[in-house]
Amino acid sequence: MFDYAWLAQYWPVLLKGILVTVQLIAVGAVAGTALGIACAWVRSLGPKWLRPPVTAYVELIRNTPFLIQLFFIFFGLPSLGLQMSELQAANLAMIINLGAYSCEIIRAGIQAAPRGQFEAGASLAMTPFETFRHIILVPSLQRIWPALCSQVIIVMLGSSVVSQIAAEDLTFAANFIQSRTFRAFEAYFVSTAIYLVLAILLRQVLIAAGSFIFPRRSGR
Amino acid sequence: MIEFSLWDIVRNLLLAARWTVVLSLVSFIGGALVGTLLLFMRIGRRRVLRLFAKYYVELFQGTPLLMQLFLAFFGLGLFGIDVPAWLAAGVALILWSAAFLTEIWRGCVEAIAKGQWEASSSLGMGYVQQMRYVILPQALKIAIPPTVGFSVQVIKGTALTSIIGFVELSKAGTVVTNATFQPFMVYGLVALIYFALCWPLSKSSQVLERKLNVAHRNH
Repeated sequence: MFDYAWLAQYWPVLLKGILVTVQLIAVGAVAGTALGIACAWVRSLGPKWLRPPVTAYVELIRNTPFLIQLFFIFFGLPSLGLQMSELQAANLAMIINLGAYSCEIIRAGIQAAPRGQFEAGASLAMTPFETFRHIILVPSLQRIWPALCSQVIIVMLGSSVVSQIAAEDLTFAANFIQSRTFRAFEAYFVSTAIYLVLAILLRQVLIAAGSFIFPRRSGR
Repeated sequence: MIEFSLWDIVRNLLLAARWTVVLSLVSFIGGALVGTLLLFMRIGRRRVLRLFAKYYVELFQGTPLLMQLFLAFFGLGLFGIDVPAWLAAGVALILWSAAFLTEIWRGCVEAIAKGQWEASSSLGMGYVQQMRYVILPQALKIAIPPTVGFSVQVIKGTALTSIIGFVELSKAGTVVTNATFQPFMVYGLVALIYFALCWPLSKSSQVLERKLNVAHRNH
């Protein structure tokens, strides 16, 4: 009943799809977390006037589907004169999406920082921003690292949706193969298995990155 | 060319939003039933069932919902049934929500202090009685906020069913866009309708969490 003979011919298509998915999540994770840090700073310590717009951004993104965000960016923004390629739109959507979610996660980490650390920073004549940058930020990130890892994996799995604007990721490859071979179930089965492996690998990579960025943790 | 007024667009989107609501309810309730079953397997005493539930959760949390939808759509077809989109969407979303709810609830059951188990067994209670009278009533209370929070994920998850051809809010957005050539406004409206559905749930989840936490501290 099942036929996997197409794999011999189409594995380069899958490989290219995997590379695009990996590229999307690499860019999305780094830039999205950076955006999340910036937003978390604004929401917890930043200037008061900036807080309402950032809060609105976070709430709006967290309460609408990623698919609609993607369509809005890819189909909606060109009418404002902002034209993008499929990959650029996919990257932008993932950054904006992860930015909002990681903001909330990182903010929780910052709020868990002991008050004494802010006072200690101030007593060393550091500005509030210097205190945040040199004292608060890294331990806060360390505190919430596992939650952040999970969110990055969720965004990676969510990225399968970008095939809908014809960004050529792994799901796009599966769609392409099933349209050529009519082996729909097998094509999606194989790509689902690849996603599972990617998710497991990504978790390992993120945990390793965590122990690289926060080396003091292992010393304790 | 036909002209579409703003009201035409909004009305059509709202009509389609009914299906988003219906599918969300079906997925959430079905997912809760399957999830309860899996929860008892996950925290039960039979090793085989425990492992089954554990790998079930890992499988569904480690693969994209979109892929699960495709597999349900084409996989059910392998049994020779003609699969309508609503059936595949319902099945996939129920199985997917079940995995997440199981994991959330397992955390809640495990958050109950060990002493509660020991105290109840010292009173001569059996496993079922312990669950029924001691563990579950307490676990239920801490489970409410994250469960309400997860319902938001379910509503957002239903947007993906548009890809396998189920006509709900997202699909209606695409159809209306193709008719009106106003993607900016139509997708903006679609996003607002989703927001109107999800935001009250998100907020009440936060409020519940704060309330129940306060009650916890007063013990």
